[in-house]
Amino acid sequence: MDIGVYNEGSVDIYIEREELGAWRMIVIERAKRQVFVGLMFENSCEVGVFSKLTNAYCLVGIGGSENFYSTFEAELADVIPVVKTSISGTRIIGRLCVGNKKGLLLPHNTTDQELYHLRNSLPDQVVVQRIDERLSALGNCIVCNDHVALAHTDLDKLTEELIADVLGVEVFRQTIAGNILVGSYCAFSNMGGLVHPHTSIEDLDELSTLLQVPLVAGTVNRGSEVVGAGLCVNDWTAFCGADTTATELSVIESVFKLREAQPTAIVDEMRRSLIDTFV
Amino acid sequence: MAAGMFTVQQTVGRVLCCICGISMVPNAANMCVNCLRSQVDITEGLQKHVIILHCPECNSYLQPPKTWVKAELESKELLTFCVKRLKNLNRVRLVNAEFIWTEPHSKRIKVKLKIQKEVLNGAILEQAYTVEFVQQEHMCEPCTRVQANPDQWVASVQLRQHVPHRRTFYFLEQVILRHGAAVQAINVKQIHMGIDFFFGNRSHAVKFVDFLGNVVPTKTRNDKQLVSHDIKSNNYNYKYTFSVEICPICREDLICLPPKVSLSLGNLGPLVLCSKVSNNIILLDPFTLRHTFLDANQYWRSPFRPLLTSRQLVEYVVLDVELETMVTNVGGTKYSLGEAQVARASDFGKNDLIFTIKTHIGHLLNPGDYALGYDLYGANTNDLDLEKYRGFSLPDVVLVKKSYEEKRQKKRGKARPWKLKSLPMEVENSAKVKGEEAKRNMEYERFLEELEEDPEMRSKVSMYRNTDYARSETTSMADGDDLPSVPLEELLADLTIDDEDDGDEDDDNDMVE
Repeated sequence: MDIGVYNEGSVDIYIEREELGAWRMIVIERAKRQVFVGLMFENSCEVGVFSKLTNAYCLVGIGGSENFYSTFEAELADVIPVVKTSISGTRIIGRLCVGNKKGLLLPHNTTDQELYHLRNSLPDQVVVQRIDERLSALGNCIVCNDHVALAHTDLDKLTEELIADVLGVEVFRQTIAGNILVGSYCAFSNMGGLVHPHTSIEDLDELSTLLQVPLVAGTVNRGSEVVGAGLCVNDWTAFCGADTTATELSVIESVFKLREAQPTAIVDEMRRSLIDTFV
Repeated sequence: MAAGMFTVQQTVGRVLCCICGISMVPNAANMCVNCLRSQVDITEGLQKHVIILHCPECNSYLQPPKTWVKAELESKELLTFCVKRLKNLNRVRLVNAEFIWTEPHSKRIKVKLKIQKEVLNGAILEQAYTVEFVQQEHMCEPCTRVQANPDQWVASVQLRQHVPHRRTFYFLEQVILRHGAAVQAINVKQIHMGIDFFFGNRSHAVKFVDFLGNVVPTKTRNDKQLVSHDIKSNNYNYKYTFSVEICPICREDLICLPPKVSLSLGNLGPLVLCSKVSNNIILLDPFTLRHTFLDANQYWRSPFRPLLTSRQLVEYVVLDVELETMVTNVGGTKYSLGEAQVARASDFGKNDLIFTIKTHIGHLLNPGDYALGYDLYGANTNDLDLEKYRGFSLPDVVLVKKSYEEKRQKKRGKARPWKLKSLPMEVENSAKVKGEEAKRNMEYERFLEELEEDPEMRSKVSMYRNTDYARSETTSMADGDDLPSVPLEELLADLTIDDEDDGDEDDDNDMVE
C-alpha cells in the first residue's frame, strides 16, 4: 500500500508500510545517471552547441536528421520534456540561450514565435524570458547551475540583475584561464564542473569556492579545450561528442558524480534523510 | 610588472592525457607526446625510398629532367641534391639533414632527416627519419657519346646538294652548331657534295632530318637494311639511311624559270634572281621588282636548276647610273630600279664595250663603283627552258650586288675580330687533294665575307669574339668605314673556345647570348 510518492529529480521513491510497522523504501530509478557518448550533430561532435540540458528541461536544435533528437528523447523523455526548437532561426541554440531548472534566458533576436513555442512547451514553473543584451550569444557569455552563475565581464548591469532574478542564482563576473567566454570554456552542474585544461590551480580553487562544487581541468572530444561546446550536462546525465576518449569520459563521470549513480548509493543517501523525516 | 601591483601566482595545473590518461602539463593538443606520436605520423606521405641515377664515368647524379650534377659521396652538393629529390618536403619544415655512413660499394646513400610539422590545433611535432637512396648506374649523355663507337651507327643521314660549291654547307654547319642539332651524332663525315651524319639511334636521325627540313628546302627519302633478326623474340635490327637532298638553288643564283613555273607564279620572270633561301626560296624579278615565295613542296614538284651560279659572277665597273624609281621596300630589302652603263672590269682600258642595262640595285651604285653581275653577253648557256621562250631576248648583264673587292684587297690575310666554331668532321680521302684544299679555303673566305655583308644571315649563326685579335691602330677607320663589317656588340663572348677538346660542355654556354 502506497503511502506517498516523492519525486526527487531523477528518482521516484515509493514508500510503503510493511506489516512489521517498519518503513520500506522502494527506489525506482527512472533515468539512470550516466554519460551518453557517441553523439554527433550532422557530423559535428560539438553537442553542447546544438542542445541545452538542464534539470527541468532539454532543448534540442532542429537538425536535418532525427537521430540526434531521438537520442535525447530516448534517455530523457520520461523525466523531463525534450523540446525541439530554433533560436533566432539558428540551430546553435546551446550557444545562444542560458537556463537552469528555474528559468530560461533567450537573446534579444529570438522571434516571438520561438518564444511562445518555448513557453508552451516548457513546464509552467520555468520562467522563459527574452532579454535585451548586446552580447546575444548568451550561452557563450553565461554559465550556470541551479544556484550560481558565471558571467562575461562586459555583460550589462541590467542583464546581471535579470539573470539573478529569472534564474534565481548568484552572479559572478569571471574569466576562465584568461578566456572571457566563460560559457564556452566550462561546464558545470550542481554536482561538479569541468573547466578549460589551461586553468591554473589558483583559478581552479577560486572558481570552486565561488561555485561551491568540485572542479577539474579537463578536455572533451579527444583533447578539445572548448568544454562548454563539447559537453552538455545536468545533475544525473551528461552527453558528449563521439570523439570523446575513455580517459575523458572517466574524468567527466567522476567529476559530475555520474558513476556513483548506482541505485543502492541513492537509496543509502536518501534513506538517511527519509528516515529522519518519516520515522 | 609595475612595482607594488598585486599579481596572483599562477601555477600551471596538470590534466590527463586524453588518450592514455597520464597526468601531464596541458598543451595545444592536450595529448602526451607519446600518444601524439602514435596518433599522427608527420612523415606520412614523405618518400623514404628513392631511386637516383648515377653516372659511374663522371661520378654525377641525374637531376631530372636532364641536368647531371657532379658530387662526391658525403659532400654538401650531394646532400643538397638528395634533399631536393624528395617530394612533398615543402609540407613540413626541414630542421636537419645528415648522411649516415654506408659502404660506397653498396650503392646506397642514407640520409637522416629531422622534420617539424604542425599537428592538431597548433602543436608542433619534431621527428627524425631515414631516407634510403638507391643508386642506379646509368651513363650520362656526354659520357655515352664519348664511349660510343663511331663505327657502330644505326642511322645515317646523307645530306647532299648537287652544286659545285660548299657555301650552303658552311652556313648549315653554323646553324647546326648554334642549335646543337647534331650533338647526338656519333660521327660526321665530309664528302664530295655533301656531309654524312651518323647516329646511334634512329630517332636522333629523324629529329635531325626534321631540323634540316626547317632550315633549308629539302627532299627526303629513307631506307632500311636488315642487319640481323631473331624471329623467336621478334627482334629485328636495321640500319637506317636517310637521304636528304637540298635544292640546288642558292642565294644570288640567276634562274630561268620553266614556263610552267613562271605561269603558276603569275608570269614571273622568266629570268629571276634568288634573293634568299630559308625553308622556302624567295625569287626576285630584277626588272620589275616582283618577288615570290616558293616552298620546298612547290619546288620539288617541278624542280629547276640555276642558269648561272654565284661562282660565275663577273666584276663590272659602273660608268653611269640613272634612277628610275624611288627606293622601294620589297620583302624587307630595299631596291630601286635604275638604268646603268657598265663595262666589264676585265675589258676596262682594253676595248670600248659598254652595256646599257636595267638594274634593281640602282640606289647602291655610283659611277666608279665596282659591281658583280652575270655576264649573259659572253655566257654560253645551254638551258633547255630558255629555248622554250620564243622571242625572249636575254639582257646583256644582270647586276647582283655591289663589289667590295678593291677595298678587301687591303684587308686580306689579316685576322678578323670574330671567329666561328666548326663541327668536328672527318674528311674523305679524295677531298684531301692539294687543289681541293685551296679551293675550300677560298670558298670559306667567301662565306665569311658574305656573313660580313649580310646582317640577316648573321642573325642565324653564332659568332664569337676572337681573343687573338688585337685592334691595331693601322687599320684605321678612315678607309675601312665603307667596308661591311660585323659590329662588336653582335659577337658572343666565348670563354672556352681555346680548349676545344672538351667541347661538349661548351655547347651549353654558347647558346647564352
